[in-house]
Amino acid sequence: MLKYVIPLLLFIVMAVFLALGLKLDPREIPSPLIDKPAPEFSLPVLGNPDRTLSKVDMAGKVWLLNVWASWCFSCREEHPVLNQLAQRHVVPIVGLNYKDEPGAARQWLGQLGNPYNVSIMDQEGRTGIDYGVYGVPETFVIDKQGMIRYKHTGPVSSKDVQEIFLPLIARLQSEA
Amino acid sequence: MKPLQVILLMLLSWNCLAAVEYRKFEDPQKEQAYHDLIAELRCLVCQNQTIADSNADLAKDLRRQVYEMLQQGKSQTEIVEFMTQRYGDFVLYNPPFKAKTSLLWLGPVLFLISGLVIVVFLARRGKTPSDETPDSERQALKARAKTLLDDGDRS
Repeated sequence: MLKYVIPLLLFIVMAVFLALGLKLDPREIPSPLIDKPAPEFSLPVLGNPDRTLSKVDMAGKVWLLNVWASWCFSCREEHPVLNQLAQRHVVPIVGLNYKDEPGAARQWLGQLGNPYNVSIMDQEGRTGIDYGVYGVPETFVIDKQGMIRYKHTGPVSSKDVQEIFLPLIARLQSEA
Repeated sequence: MKPLQVILLMLLSWNCLAAVEYRKFEDPQKEQAYHDLIAELRCLVCQNQTIADSNADLAKDLRRQVYEMLQQGKSQTEIVEFMTQRYGDFVLYNPPFKAKTSLLWLGPVLFLISGLVIVVFLARRGKTPSDETPDSERQALKARAKTLLDDGDRS
């Protein structure tokens, strides 16, 4: 009896581990920045480089920071979802145009629509490093106190908006 | 060498495209620190490469970051801290021992111990004869063999 039970148990243990391994996404790296103050930045505005936007300008609001680039393929997939979210006018979306060429970035927004209240240019990727950006697109939810409350790596789907973003934003907006 | 072989070897050598940018150091100690650091920080885009090996854009930026921080007189620990604050322990090829990483560090030892236990268990069992036939059944079989033999004699 034992002769059959042991291999069966080993098989089950291995199968469970392998199944978990299949579900885990190795690209999904937990951000150490959650519940920490969002890193400071002061970057020129896309389309109006004389103006800069910094973190203090967003103080007191719940806002989204979406890292995007015209060279980023999955950003294209995400873009209509952001456009829809922007139409709801529930939350300001700041675009962090990451390591991009301003001309290409503006053309991209011209063609696909601009969901961003404002986009800022991080051409050298320094703010990207401060935010631990490693896979564009990435989306941060930042609360009224300027704390990062959520980070989404990879394209946001409309399901994510319904199930994660909108409830979280509503909750954070009701906070003092 | 045949041209096809040459092409094949060239195709296989893509991963040799290592960091090529030139970094100027006044202080050889800082240069050593630079090379040590970029060899132990993981590139988060191509996760099985260090930022020294990787040609990804992010790896380039992180190398620049390490270089600049060294030039500003930051220590190696400060730079490692800077990176983990932003990217978490995952950025380190040599992660610290914590509750969260304990399985990572102890896993191999656990596997070794369980392997030894199994070997000892099997070796012990091997010494005693593995005849599990109960006595009553053995008697019955003996009796059956005897009748068969007896029958054989008779025919």
